[in-house]
Amino acid sequence: MNQVMETPTQAVPHSAARPSAPAVATLTNITKRYANGVVALDGLSLELRRGEIVALLGPNGAGKSTAVRLMMGLSAPTSGDVRIFGADPQLTSTRLRTGVMLQVGRAPEMLKVREHIAMFRSYYPAPASAASLVKAAGLEGLEDRLFGQLSGGQKQRVLFALALAGNPDLVFLDEPTVGLDIEARRAMWAQIRSLRDAGKTVLLTTHYLEEADALADRIIVISKGRVVREGTPAEIKNAGAAGAGAVSSGVAVKIIRCVTTLSAEHLLKMPGVNSTMTDEGRTIIISSTPESTLREMLALDQSLHSLEVQSPALEDAFLALTRND
Amino acid sequence: MSTATLPLAAATESSLTRGLRIFLSETRLELTRSLRTRTFSLSAIGFPVMFYLLFGIMMNRHETIDGTSIARYMLAGYAVFGVVGSALFGIGVGMAADLSAGWLELKRASPMPPAAYLAAKCVTAICFGAIILTLLCTLGVTLGHVQLTLAEYAHMLGLVAAGAIPFACMGLALALIVPFNSAPGVTNLLYLPMSFLGGLWIPLQALPKAVQHIAPLLPTYHLAQLMLGVFGAADPTKTQASHWLGLLGFTLLMFGVAWIAFRRREQNA
Repeated sequence: MNQVMETPTQAVPHSAARPSAPAVATLTNITKRYANGVVALDGLSLELRRGEIVALLGPNGAGKSTAVRLMMGLSAPTSGDVRIFGADPQLTSTRLRTGVMLQVGRAPEMLKVREHIAMFRSYYPAPASAASLVKAAGLEGLEDRLFGQLSGGQKQRVLFALALAGNPDLVFLDEPTVGLDIEARRAMWAQIRSLRDAGKTVLLTTHYLEEADALADRIIVISKGRVVREGTPAEIKNAGAAGAGAVSSGVAVKIIRCVTTLSAEHLLKMPGVNSTMTDEGRTIIISSTPESTLREMLALDQSLHSLEVQSPALEDAFLALTRND
Repeated sequence: MSTATLPLAAATESSLTRGLRIFLSETRLELTRSLRTRTFSLSAIGFPVMFYLLFGIMMNRHETIDGTSIARYMLAGYAVFGVVGSALFGIGVGMAADLSAGWLELKRASPMPPAAYLAAKCVTAICFGAIILTLLCTLGVTLGHVQLTLAEYAHMLGLVAAGAIPFACMGLALALIVPFNSAPGVTNLLYLPMSFLGGLWIPLQALPKAVQHIAPLLPTYHLAQLMLGVFGAADPTKTQASHWLGLLGFTLLMFGVAWIAFRRREQNA
């Protein structure tokens, strides 16, 4: 890709979100009510900043795709304000600066990869070169293949190339790595990171939480049409493990599992312990100072066994944050 | 398609040339795609050509209608049959497929002008209509002893181009209303009766009086009469202007239906 690297020395992989970077997209207090009465978004506000990868997570029906469609200008909010580069997302001038990858059931199958790329390049006054798109999407040698003859993963890569055709400043990627094998997925991750490092903004929706964990600078979790939590992947994991809001950001919690005779009341009095529960005879302790908690527990309970210490997984956090209760 | 994508006030020359460039590239690729899709290209071209060979040339040899040979008379009907089919299937079914697959959504999120997409589909239908007309004329002249001047051929070509537009609007309306799975069936259900009752397959004079009364309600009839007018074989009791008016009315009706369907989709989007 011919990307402009404005601050090459600061292109640190997986850098934390930069709150100072200018906003590229803002959704302000969005409500979206469909004609059938379903309220998909209910007071949602979020912001995407320049040079970050943001993962939008949420259970099915949380309003993810509605939020993304609003940002793509494919639908209008019932109330609230959508701004992309400070302008209406439906304007051609806005669309010239965005790239979109959507779940497409069937693209025209009787066109060659080369022709699909040429078609999307024709929409932009200064598109990325066809060769750079083929390279970025790993489509070398497939240019003269008909779209209908490609494997699922290859089709997905063509759609990725189409999203980048206009050398966009803001890229929407909806489930970009569905159907890709591990190698192709890693290659696409590398491409997505290089977009970010070139100062572009990437919004990702994905069902693979490991993908959000590996790729995103910031995760926004939405549930029932609202943002329930946002932060770095580490912050989200901690928040989920400790119950939303219980732990200040920046503190790394650990999950301790073991069989112990110590009571829950006793454990909760130890410094750093946020919560305990029992599951099939084992005690699960969430602690923000796991080393001192463990030292104390081992000293008090000689019979303690079956010990495991884990970092909270994004999946657990996700389930905790979006639980319906 | 939305108001915001049509900043006409700001339509500078550069945005016009940009639109034209995109339209040309869309048209080239739409034509390539349609020709490569054998199930479409062979049936769209094959049926009118085969029907004309059978009913226009092989049967009814040496017969005439009001002094016009059957081979010449039916050339008009099957040319209309061809372009109507290309427009209805190319736009109606083709766009329904793009819609259902999410492909049109992806294109709408891109800076492609929606008009370029529609115009490309329409021009592709006209190209198919022109191919069919050329094949029919070649068959008529070589096998059916049809006398045809270059001016008559050019006149018919012009009618194919203009006549594609009302049916392109009908295709657009169908694509927006009918789900993709049932689009081919519903399209045939309208296309075939409309062709028969409009006198495209069998001259109206040979059909029952009831059909002759229904025909003037159909756009296929009006386009066929304009086409017959090229040979001076149209119904002398009707004027050319009435046929143009009929087509215009049908175009506006279909465009209105498409517009309402589009607005309803947008509101549910």
